[in-house]
Amino acid sequence: MAVWEVFRQEREGAPFQHGGSLEAPDLAFAEAYAKEFYGRRAESLALWVVPRDSVLEIDEPYVAPVFDRDYRRVDGYSIKVKLKEARERAGTPAH
Amino acid sequence: MSAQAPPRTELLLQLADDELVLGWRDSEWTGIAPFLEEDVAFSSIAQTEIGHARAFYELAAAELDTTADELAFDRRPEEYRCAPLVELNLVHDWAKSVARRWLYETADAIRVDSLKASDWPELAGLAAKIEREEAYHALHAGMWRDRLTRSTARERFATAVDELWPYALGLVEGDQRRILCEAAGREDVPAVERGAHVEDWPALWEEMTMVRRTVPGGSW
Repeated sequence: MAVWEVFRQEREGAPFQHGGSLEAPDLAFAEAYAKEFYGRRAESLALWVVPRDSVLEIDEPYVAPVFDRDYRRVDGYSIKVKLKEARERAGTPAH
Repeated sequence: MSAQAPPRTELLLQLADDELVLGWRDSEWTGIAPFLEEDVAFSSIAQTEIGHARAFYELAAAELDTTADELAFDRRPEEYRCAPLVELNLVHDWAKSVARRWLYETADAIRVDSLKASDWPELAGLAAKIEREEAYHALHAGMWRDRLTRSTARERFATAVDELWPYALGLVEGDQRRILCEAAGREDVPAVERGAHVEDWPALWEEMTMVRRTVPGGSW
């Protein structure tokens, strides 16, 4: 039996978010069970039902760089100081 | 309550008893259905049927000056109007239980559709509401029927449908039987009619009414 991942949308315009998974032998059963488990209490506006096999899972999403490239990151970069300097140069008072 | 109710109440009691008893029978699969997802779905459908029974009982109770609970649980076994189809104990025979669900939903759709045209506005309105939920029941029953028809259990399922068919005809009357034959793609045969009860019924009645009988007139 296949595993199906269910994504649900709570409100119009809201992103679909993972709700859970279910086991079903085929698409018709997956649809019925998804409606039953995620739609019966009017808690979802729409559902996406996706076979788990169709989901590409990447569990090592980022290869840590060997060299120091911390300029690619924003941590430790104080925008406040830069902004103050820029304002002083332009002669605009800070609020 | 008198044994013979007015015709329109009589019809309501038949509908309510069918839904209550089938809901009760189907709920016997809770915890032992073939797999977890189906266990939840089957139990939920059973619960919905009991909900429909409640709505029909409430309508009948207003006519008969009683309550839904009294109609559902305080009558003698011989006073119930349910069709023999819903009384059968089919636990441990999944093919038969699916066959009953499919036959019941096929007949019920015909019955509910005709109720929408009732000149009793409350009943017509109730039928329209029930039809919305029954659409999901029909989807569920249909997908199981299709699957079992294509599976290694197809002969077992076909035998189950053959056996239950005369019982299914007993759910409806008159012209609705012809419509049921067409919908199910089967020949008209002598029906197992309402009125008599099957031998599985007294034990179910015992169980269904047991708690209320422990404290007659108690409120819960």
